[in-house]
Amino acid sequence: MKQNSISINNLNWKIAGEAGYGIKASGLMFAKACARGGLQIFDYSEYPSLIRGGHNTYQVNVSEEEVFSPQSEVNLLVALNQDTIDFHKDELSNQAGVIYEQEDKKIEITSLKKNNCQLFPVPLSRLAKENGGKEIMRNSVALGASFALLNYDFKYLQSVIQDSFQKKGKEVIDLNVKIAEAGFNYVSQNFDVAKYPYQLKHLKSSPRMVLTGNEAIALGAIQAGCKFISAYPMTPATPILHYLASQQKNHNLIVKQTEDEISAITMAIGANYAGVRAMTCTSGGGFSLMVEGLGLAGMTETPLVIAEVQRPGPATGLPTWTEQADLRFLIHAAQGEFPRIIIAPGDVEESFYATQSAFNLAEKYQLPVFILSDKFLAESNKSQEFFDPKIIKIERGALLTNTQLQKMRKYRRYAFAKSGISPRSIPGQKGGIFNANSDEHDQFGYSSEDAENRARMMEKRLGKLDQVALEIPDPILYGPAKADLTLIAWGSTKGPIIEAMKLFEKNRIRVNFLHVMYVYPFPAEKVKEVIRKAKKMVLIENNATAQLGSLIREFTGIEIDRKLLKFSGRPFYPSEIYQYLTDNFKK
Amino acid sequence: MKPEDLNTPHKPTWCPGCGNYAIWVALKNAVAKLELDPSRVVISYGIGCSGNENNFVGTYAFHSLHGRPVPPANGIKMVNHELTVIAVSGDGDAYGEGGNHFIHACRGNHDITYLVHNNEMYSLTTGQASPTSQKGMPSKSTPEGVLERPLNPIALALTAEATFVARGFSGKEEHLTDLMVKAIQHKGFSLVDILQPCVTFNKLNTFPYFYERVYDLQKEGYQPNDKEKAFKKAQEWGERIPIGIFYQEKRPAYHSELFSIKEKPLVRQSLAGIDITKSMRELV
Ligand SMILES: Cc1ncc(C[n+]2csc(CCOP(=O)(O)OP(=O)(O)O)c2C)c(N)n1
Ligand code: SF4
Ligand SMILES: [Mg+2]
Repeated sequence: MKQNSISINNLNWKIAGEAGYGIKASGLMFAKACARGGLQIFDYSEYPSLIRGGHNTYQVNVSEEEVFSPQSEVNLLVALNQDTIDFHKDELSNQAGVIYEQEDKKIEITSLKKNNCQLFPVPLSRLAKENGGKEIMRNSVALGASFALLNYDFKYLQSVIQDSFQKKGKEVIDLNVKIAEAGFNYVSQNFDVAKYPYQLKHLKSSPRMVLTGNEAIALGAIQAGCKFISAYPMTPATPILHYLASQQKNHNLIVKQTEDEISAITMAIGANYAGVRAMTCTSGGGFSLMVEGLGLAGMTETPLVIAEVQRPGPATGLPTWTEQADLRFLIHAAQGEFPRIIIAPGDVEESFYATQSAFNLAEKYQLPVFILSDKFLAESNKSQEFFDPKIIKIERGALLTNTQLQKMRKYRRYAFAKSGISPRSIPGQKGGIFNANSDEHDQFGYSSEDAENRARMMEKRLGKLDQVALEIPDPILYGPAKADLTLIAWGSTKGPIIEAMKLFEKNRIRVNFLHVMYVYPFPAEKVKEVIRKAKKMVLIENNATAQLGSLIREFTGIEIDRKLLKFSGRPFYPSEIYQYLTDNFKK
Repeated sequence: MKPEDLNTPHKPTWCPGCGNYAIWVALKNAVAKLELDPSRVVISYGIGCSGNENNFVGTYAFHSLHGRPVPPANGIKMVNHELTVIAVSGDGDAYGEGGNHFIHACRGNHDITYLVHNNEMYSLTTGQASPTSQKGMPSKSTPEGVLERPLNPIALALTAEATFVARGFSGKEEHLTDLMVKAIQHKGFSLVDILQPCVTFNKLNTFPYFYERVYDLQKEGYQPNDKEKAFKKAQEWGERIPIGIFYQEKRPAYHSELFSIKEKPLVRQSLAGIDITKSMRELV
């Protein structure tokens, strides 16, 4: 940025410090305060797998238009300790501001002076204490200080504080507001705010939510009529369980924490078999335990929705970091061959609608459906218009009524229907008795080892996938139809790629992007068509072995040899994608 | 209803003389005695000779995986608590592969009846030692004899806070029927561990072995209302082996404390008019 020019509503704010000091809560308050002023946000946090100590960060990307990913350059840094300065000084933009603890003599700022940044020492702890708070409330001081510096109306932060502490009563609310205000006033009175070139200005807009991919999945499940969730905690899928538990009274749900993941999945299968919509959620490690249950759903043709929120593996891996490396695992999980559907939403909005669709598909085709997310998408908040619950209606598939059952002479649950879809009864229905059998079975569900029956049952089950392929939406091509460079990716990498495309557009480079959300059954025709038209293709994945690339090869025979793969546990930054592509594919 | 009404077109495939026959008969007798509508009974089976019963009983059946009949049964009960839910297992299912589910179903007091066909043997897999095999017993996988001590299902259920703990014997069909009736009637988790001779693979725990040893607790005036006494009784295994109810206690069943089904079962709740507006507003 040039000296004296002012940047309005284009900000990357970051707060960091030791784990256990409320950084996440403060970050979310910052994000919400921005969103309440009509601004769009995308936030991203990094934290180690421990409760106290270690380094936590929370950054909020603020813009006037919708944002889909974090960015790497930081414009305002709140440094709650020395580590923050040491770890993040190289991320600071020109003229970036740094708010830090004025009275901490140990904080060493010489390294910052070189960087042409503006320093704002604030007595964070003292202001918290002087105003009747504890030291840990210095985060609130820092929030107030940040907004003063950004020339943003205090009322948005005040309203967020009021709502965040509502349950704790008026006294706590007033205390927190007072402390935040102290930070706000301190900066206004002690610094020439006009000299700091980054500002926020509220805009008129209808209210927007600030929510994560996990919350969107949970809301999608509620809207889809999911009434039962059984799960075992595992980062980063746990927030789905938490959110549904917090909503169980509002929506009359049963939320069951089970003794292990095997119980979680088989219990959800039992619930589906008994006639409600039920789901489970986990990460790759938990899904490893669920694998036999997946086959049980496949064999008994019981509908089931599973949210698998990936983290880097194998084994315990990197519990709180991100990766897209379970796609192949999900496609092949469990012995034998049976159909399944895998949907990998690319953003918060898609997470909501994809989950609704997942329940419809699961019941229509009587098979397991995955929502495949990852830590990056699942735990990052985004500002988001309210979802429209009317777009996707609940369609429960072939469920027999009591009258239909009574008219049947002898009900065959697994009748060889042409479509492969045989209507279901549910326990309790007269005339609907059947055997949901994990052994290969005949049309009634009785165990059968007959060769012809076996072959027909295999065809019945697997045939359903051909019909699914006809119904599921094609991958979407973003950007111009004709481009010099075509990117292809799946799931959550959509966000950083969409942001990188803004950079390409600014620099007049014609780039388009095919996003594969319905990954399995694989949309071979559409992918082939786009690849054929592309001048240059680049595959972008958050894994080491290019799993989408291998699917493209498998189903289209085309090998994409230009790949940008990242498997450090970190998501892509848009600037990184832009840089890599411009460096490597200059004409 | 007659017990025969619960037959299916498929006849049992167990070895002649197998202890499973009498358990099968007792189960049908119990369901008939309680006049349960077969379309309102769900039985969740494990995998084993015992689990094969799924083909021979004409109620709704869920033939799960080895060791896993309990979690689906719990799920079924939670979403439709008006159904009678029974789980059927072998000892390998219940105390080996599915041991974790067993413990937690006990303490959860899920209102299901767990019928464990305990033949001290993995029989469908042709005769390996099981968690309840006697120490020293030779089997195909332990030709020199089992090194571990056998697990005590009765004592385990008691420590795990089960509210109905009983043992039956497939050689005493009427007594077993009566136990099953009481177990099904019990509101909460009920275990009936059933001594089931496997005539093909278990040459130790045979019908004569048990006939010589078993005695009916209730006939000796034992009252199943004292946990400490029950523990003591649970240790008795040798010259004399007690059958009957070891312990029973009144405690709210899991589903009865779920607020979401206070008015009606989950499965009967309408999906029309779900409104997430308030939830979305909370996220602003
Ligand atoms: C996951 C899994 N592991 C192993 C098996 C093989 N298997 C089938 S039945 C069985 C043991 C049966 O013993 P038990 O549960 O006591 O039943 P029984 O045959 O004695 O009635 C085993 C190990 C299986 N079906 N699934
Ligand atoms: S092997 Fe044993 S348990 Fe299995 S059917 Fe034969 S006798 Fe019964
Ligand atoms: Mg056995």
